[in-house]
Amino acid sequence: MERRKFIKQAALSSFATLIGTEIVFGSKLLDGYEPLAMQNPDPFTLFSKDKGMVVLNDKPWNIEATAHLLDDKVTPNSSMFIRNNGKVPEELDASTWTLTIDGESVSTKKTYTLADLKSKFQQHTYQLAIECGGNGRKEFDPPAKGNQWGVGAIHCASWTGVRLRDVLKDAGIKDDAVYIGFHAVDVHLSGDPEKEPISRGCPMSKALQDETILAFKMNGKNIPKIHGYPLRLVAGGWPASVSGKWINRISIRNKVHDGTKMNGKAYRVPCKPIAPGDKVKDEDMCIIESMPVKSLITYPKSGAMLKKGKTLKIRGHAWAGELEVAKMEYSIDFGSTWNACTLEKPVNRLAWQHFTSEIELPKTGYYEVWARATDSNGVAQPMILPGWNPKGYLNNACHRIALKVT
Amino acid sequence: MKGETNTSIHVTKLIRLIRLSVVLLFAFIGSMIFFVFSLSFNSNPQPIETAVSTEVLDDADWDKIENGIHVRTGLIDSEGLMAVVSNCTNCHSAKLLTQNRMSADQWNETIKWMQETQNLWDLGGNQEIIVKYLTTNYPYKKKGRRAILSNIEWYELED
Repeated sequence: MERRKFIKQAALSSFATLIGTEIVFGSKLLDGYEPLAMQNPDPFTLFSKDKGMVVLNDKPWNIEATAHLLDDKVTPNSSMFIRNNGKVPEELDASTWTLTIDGESVSTKKTYTLADLKSKFQQHTYQLAIECGGNGRKEFDPPAKGNQWGVGAIHCASWTGVRLRDVLKDAGIKDDAVYIGFHAVDVHLSGDPEKEPISRGCPMSKALQDETILAFKMNGKNIPKIHGYPLRLVAGGWPASVSGKWINRISIRNKVHDGTKMNGKAYRVPCKPIAPGDKVKDEDMCIIESMPVKSLITYPKSGAMLKKGKTLKIRGHAWAGELEVAKMEYSIDFGSTWNACTLEKPVNRLAWQHFTSEIELPKTGYYEVWARATDSNGVAQPMILPGWNPKGYLNNACHRIALKVT
Repeated sequence: MKGETNTSIHVTKLIRLIRLSVVLLFAFIGSMIFFVFSLSFNSNPQPIETAVSTEVLDDADWDKIENGIHVRTGLIDSEGLMAVVSNCTNCHSAKLLTQNRMSADQWNETIKWMQETQNLWDLGGNQEIIVKYLTTNYPYKKKGRRAILSNIEWYELED
């Protein structure tokens, strides 16, 4: 790929020299040779992302936000993290797209066009928090394998679609149904057509929730290609890998789905706690379901300097997987004392909640503002790293920002 | 296993060659078109260079090292570099290597996982070279239970 880019650039620049001007259709000429828009070297333009996003990996594309880029109440596409297990599909045609419901526990295997889904079933819109299971992985010690996510693999966009439940019921769910598993059209990194990059799912109880939807719109528009156009499964509050992109088939299984990344250590944590660095057998690893309580200070950006006597306004979001956030606090003395923030109710179940506070900083010097959310079961975020696990999932340690009063 | 790998390398090379030829052909045709256009419309044409620079074919640039860094992948130039480049950057980005600061055990385990699930070939004697390269150039850094905040960009807060 790099080689091709180089050749392209070399060829184009010699054209430029030749005619002494920008080449308007020079790029077109070579498009026939490099037809994949997805090979564009600039992911920010390609995916319409803010330039402040951090590229962790370019093959496959994995890009995350920083805390202050997530300040909006409804996350815009420009700040949404990108997580891919395989190659982004090249051809995505909504007009011919179909979704098949099959599996051991389906009454009748059925196939729907997108138009069928839109006309046959009632449409719903929910704002849903979707966080990568490995968000925060980079803090684990010993280091955990995988993309080293910081804090920005979370978003809460607005999704429109039909309830998965309505579609599954239309095809018919047998009594022995246990799990659903999705299948999609993305391509394995090795290019092997026999392999699926990812095929995960969730238990029937999650699949049948009101908010588990087959979405065809994000923030009121067609879902961007990189986020799953034309059809995405959206299961808020669970690891984002359950929210499969480019979905064309859902299997109703009579057992726990055994697709790619359902087994081994993928999206699993030790069933029983272990010491940092300990080895765990695959059979002692349990599938992650709801994500834990967590929060982010999205304003101000870390590194703010303010004059003494000025009131500091902070704001951010908090979320708690399947649960609601019941309490939000901040500390400016490393957890010695905590103060309550104003916390809003979620716009719907599984949406993140917004918090604000005003802070008086007593004297000049260096401060850290730490934020801590507590869920409706009374479980709060830890200030230090939670239980170590081999793949570095579920780091919900408190977020903090640095400040100076001058 | 080894025979298959060799074959696939040959095929890859062949494909690369075909691609190059196609590009050069396009480039040649393209430059001829532009040449004609430039003569017709540009009263003061720039000096004309050879259509496509010959460096396109120069394999030295493909694996160019600048300031101790292998330009194409961003990897540190050190013993074992090319074994890493040719075995570890075909399917995934080198960023996946440089982000992960793992022990030799963890790398060996990861290689095994890639062989079992990701179609990675038998690395033979290269495995040791690769793991040594990774653990030497991208060593594990102790982070403790919570690191101090670093790389803070200080700015005046308006508003």
